[in-house]
Amino acid sequence: MRYSAWQVIRQGLTGNRGWAPVWRDPAPRPAYDVVIVGGGGHGLATAYYLAKNHGITNVAVLEKGYLGGGNVGRNTTIVRANYLLPGNSEFYSHSLKLWEGLEEELNFNVMHSQRGVINIFHSDAQRDAAARRGNAMLAQGDDAILLDRDGVRAMLPYLDFDQARFPIHGGLYHPRGGTARHDAVAWGFARGADRLGVDLIQNCEVTGISVEGGQVRGVETTRGAIRAGKVGLAAAGRSSQVAAMAGLRLPIESHVLQAFVTEGLKPVVDHVVTFGMGHFYISQSDKGGLVFGGDLDFYASYAARGNLPMAEHVMEAGVALMPMLARARVLRSWGGIMDMTPDGSPIIDRTPVGGLFLNAGWCYGGFKAVPGSGWSFAHLIATGAPHGPAARYRLDRFARGDLIDEEGRGSQHNLH
Amino acid sequence: MRIDCPLCGARDRREFHYLGAAVYLDRPGPAAGPEAWDAYLHQRENPAGRGRELWCHEAGCGAWLAVERDMTSHAVVSVRLAEAGA
Ligand SMILES: Cc1cc2nc3c(=O)[nH]c(=O)nc-3n(C[C@H](O)[C@H](O)[C@H](O)COP(=O)(O)OP(=O)(O)OC[C@H]3O[C@@H](n4cnc5c(N)ncnc54)[C@H](O)[C@@H]3O)c2cc1C
Ligand SMILES: [Zn+2]
Repeated sequence: MRYSAWQVIRQGLTGNRGWAPVWRDPAPRPAYDVVIVGGGGHGLATAYYLAKNHGITNVAVLEKGYLGGGNVGRNTTIVRANYLLPGNSEFYSHSLKLWEGLEEELNFNVMHSQRGVINIFHSDAQRDAAARRGNAMLAQGDDAILLDRDGVRAMLPYLDFDQARFPIHGGLYHPRGGTARHDAVAWGFARGADRLGVDLIQNCEVTGISVEGGQVRGVETTRGAIRAGKVGLAAAGRSSQVAAMAGLRLPIESHVLQAFVTEGLKPVVDHVVTFGMGHFYISQSDKGGLVFGGDLDFYASYAARGNLPMAEHVMEAGVALMPMLARARVLRSWGGIMDMTPDGSPIIDRTPVGGLFLNAGWCYGGFKAVPGSGWSFAHLIATGAPHGPAARYRLDRFARGDLIDEEGRGSQHNLH
Repeated sequence: MRIDCPLCGARDRREFHYLGAAVYLDRPGPAAGPEAWDAYLHQRENPAGRGRELWCHEAGCGAWLAVERDMTSHAVVSVRLAEAGA
């Protein structure tokens, strides 16, 4: 069914009895041309673009739980293209352009809202860094506006501008940045892929990867063996374990990142605001909840829930920036497992095993990447050649010392 | 999470700084090739289970500790002074 305002009215007038399940629930077939491991945002988008852009429809997405149950449904939904370094700059720029047409492309309301992202700064040196980043964004063809203190005050009057430790000097404003409804992005790509013939197979954990003579032959799963000409890995926080099934060791350490949401409030935070010095960022969901988060818990973890010291730190930072926050009541907190690389940038590449492709290392920025990553990964799987905007996301860049260290923090996984 | 420092006793996680996997104890020699440096700096076993890592008792005695921990439950299995070898 094509979704439209007309359908909403029609279904509303006929008791909403006409809505059908949005995707099939097929049993796995014995063989596919391409198998994608992981039914998160990246896996689903990859399957969609394999079918849509390359006409490869004999594809299965294997998901150990339910579609969208991983990080794609746990993130704080920020979508932006405010990167500095070659590699990241062109990739996220491409991804943002895909976001801007995504609802029409998928015929699905992903609630993409370009409400603007503002990064706050607190010193002259930070202003210089923000100006430099803004110029890089403009040079890439995206948008950036350097705000002075009054400029920030006009947009965000509720901040504490004179806090002793981090007085606000200004901000870098990225008007095309914003948020989207995370679940809807997974559902929209799932529906689109299913309609093009892709099998979305849930409750199907990949337990082994069969490799013969250096060439991938298929996967073992909890629902039986499946043969495949090509296999694409998109398992996010579990990338190391899945890659190890093919004998690969990855430059990845898994960490937990937490997020928090308050009870629903009237509209008060109209943008995405980031307070890097305090490790804090916030936006308001369309339901009214203030959605905010901070940094990693900082030690390796596979527990999809965080520890209290970081919760305390995030609350402190939030109240320091935005004193009114002290009166909001936190409803829930949760965590997701991040595949952290030593330079904070991802990997979209071939592997030493023939026919086995890797999409991993998205750290805590992989939601905004979903359309771009799916597009580029599908291109790589279909053609065997890297796709322009993702061409620098090579697996061997670590061994070659050619890192894409956006934050300039050096080779330590938890610092990015 | 609490870590039992061999010098100070069991202390809250907030007193400790995490560096990374205990491979950091095996720094390659200056003549070791790029593969050795890649393995040391970047490649990780990243176990979803027990692993060894390097922590510093930053807000306590300042000692570097080799901590064996379960990454799924956060249980601390053993703690030794790093200078005693991992
Ligand atoms: C708290 C939090 C906040 C975040 N905020 C943002 C943000 O504001 N902006 C942003 O851009 N990014 C953000 N991120 C990062 C973003 O969510 C991730 O980088 C991205 O979702 C990862 O890609 P994915 O959607 O494919 O992952 P997932 O949804 O995790 O998909 C991977 C899937 O693989 C499956 N899987 C794993 N192992 C197997 C197996 N053996 N067999 C079968 N299936 C398997 C998992 O079950 C999972 O469903 C945030 C993350 C978290 C946790
Ligand atoms: Zn101590």
